[in-house]
Amino acid sequence: MQNMNFWERVLFLLQQYGPSFLRGVWVTMVIAIVGTLIGCIIGFAVGVVQTIPTDRKKRPLHWALMGIARFLLNAYVEIFRGTPMMVQAMFIYYGLAMGGINLGMWEAAFLIVSINTGAYMAETVRGGILSIDPGQTEGAKAIGMNHVQTMTSVILPQALRNIMPQIGNNLIINIKDTCVLNVIGTVELYFAANSVAGARYTYFEAFTIAMILYFVLTFTCSRLLRWWESRMDGPDSYELYDLSTTDTLAHTTGLYSYPRRPKAGNQNLDIRDGGR
Amino acid sequence: MAEEILQVQHLSKSFGSNQVLKDVDFQVHTGDVTCIIGASGSGKSTLLRCINLLEAPTGGEILFHGESILHGKLDASAYRAKVGMVFQSFNLFNNMTVLDNCMVGQVKVLKRSREEARQTAMSFLEKVGMAPYINAKPRQISGGQKQRVAIARALAMGPEVLLFDEPTSALDPEMVGEVLSVMRDLASSGLTMLVVTHEMGFARDVAKEVVFMDNGVIAEHGDPETIFTRPSQPRTQEFLSRYLER
Repeated sequence: MQNMNFWERVLFLLQQYGPSFLRGVWVTMVIAIVGTLIGCIIGFAVGVVQTIPTDRKKRPLHWALMGIARFLLNAYVEIFRGTPMMVQAMFIYYGLAMGGINLGMWEAAFLIVSINTGAYMAETVRGGILSIDPGQTEGAKAIGMNHVQTMTSVILPQALRNIMPQIGNNLIINIKDTCVLNVIGTVELYFAANSVAGARYTYFEAFTIAMILYFVLTFTCSRLLRWWESRMDGPDSYELYDLSTTDTLAHTTGLYSYPRRPKAGNQNLDIRDGGR
Repeated sequence: MAEEILQVQHLSKSFGSNQVLKDVDFQVHTGDVTCIIGASGSGKSTLLRCINLLEAPTGGEILFHGESILHGKLDASAYRAKVGMVFQSFNLFNNMTVLDNCMVGQVKVLKRSREEARQTAMSFLEKVGMAPYINAKPRQISGGQKQRVAIARALAMGPEVLLFDEPTSALDPEMVGEVLSVMRDLASSGLTMLVVTHEMGFARDVAKEVVFMDNGVIAEHGDPETIFTRPSQPRTQEFLSRYLER
């Protein structure tokens, strides 16, 4: 070790401790992906509940229950958004242990990352739902859809597409922030790098490897999500169905006129239309 | 005389202190085309939105086949499935293709099978000339085409009445004709229609009854011949003369 240069020491660590780093990468990614997914489900549930319309006069009981539910959900969002995940990890892990519940490494990690992500996603989903044109809801109501049908068929698919960049953001934040879980003994990438560094007293080399691995993980994820987004948008063009029929009505311009009215075609030349 | 499918009685609607509808009374008969005309802000669209329960009236009563839809047992969703609505801004579902737009209500609300829904959707899309575009998304077609899809979507639900809220007002002038020609076909097929419009030619030509609204009240109503040639109210005369000068 003494007479190696920097890159030789990095290579030596990779040869010697490669499996430790890989296991760290695996744990980090599983926690980040599962935590983000469950967090999204929590976020959607909370966001949807917060946007359910209520009517104090018509349904007072429903209004009161929704009020209580909204208060509790708001408290959840504010508390978990307003405290550091590292402190939450300690609080929940040791709090549950005091109550006689000893969580394993995975359960503890999934729980903490999920509820943390859920708190952030709740606000994102609420914003995503509010950003959809109210006309979409009216269109759905007008054909007799109820609130649940409107949400699942029309609003949430559009909201999901709009908040995809934010979901990607959360996944990347989670990949990086799982490192705070080392305080409750989760052997993720940071924990692995730190152990390797301590064993050989090669801090710079071990964390160079960790830096590169973290960046590769986040960059790959962000590119994959971009690709997924463009897939959600569907193709830019569309196939005409049954070419033997064409849109004949689109060519009726100027041919449609009312009796007792001077040429309807004149509309096109009308100056009031801003001289388009 | 045909049955009164919709009866609006003493209907009023306020937004805060602003009273938009004041004691509005009128009927729609089965099979008739009724056009509501009037200046912007006279309450036409609000009236239509109240009839479809998109706005809650602050007073009065609306009867559908003689049954109250405001205070009765009729569920709002079930009622809306029978009373179709076509909007000024189309309101097609942006996340679905043209075909899915016309199928989703049939499958989710009417619980039809996908195959049946598809056939029904296709027959109405053919009727409005949009069958070639079933795979397109709303963002890929023109305004006039969107409105024709919206009409097909409403028709696919098999409505007993179809409400039109200024269906051509958001369209470029050269697309107005294609939508009006579809509406004219529907009228001659005997569909009950209630149309809020600024297209005086359409109202004069197609309507059985014309309702002129001014400042939240029905100022005058009658057959188109009377309204357009011999209006009795000065404000009707003034409104129409502004249109004829165009």
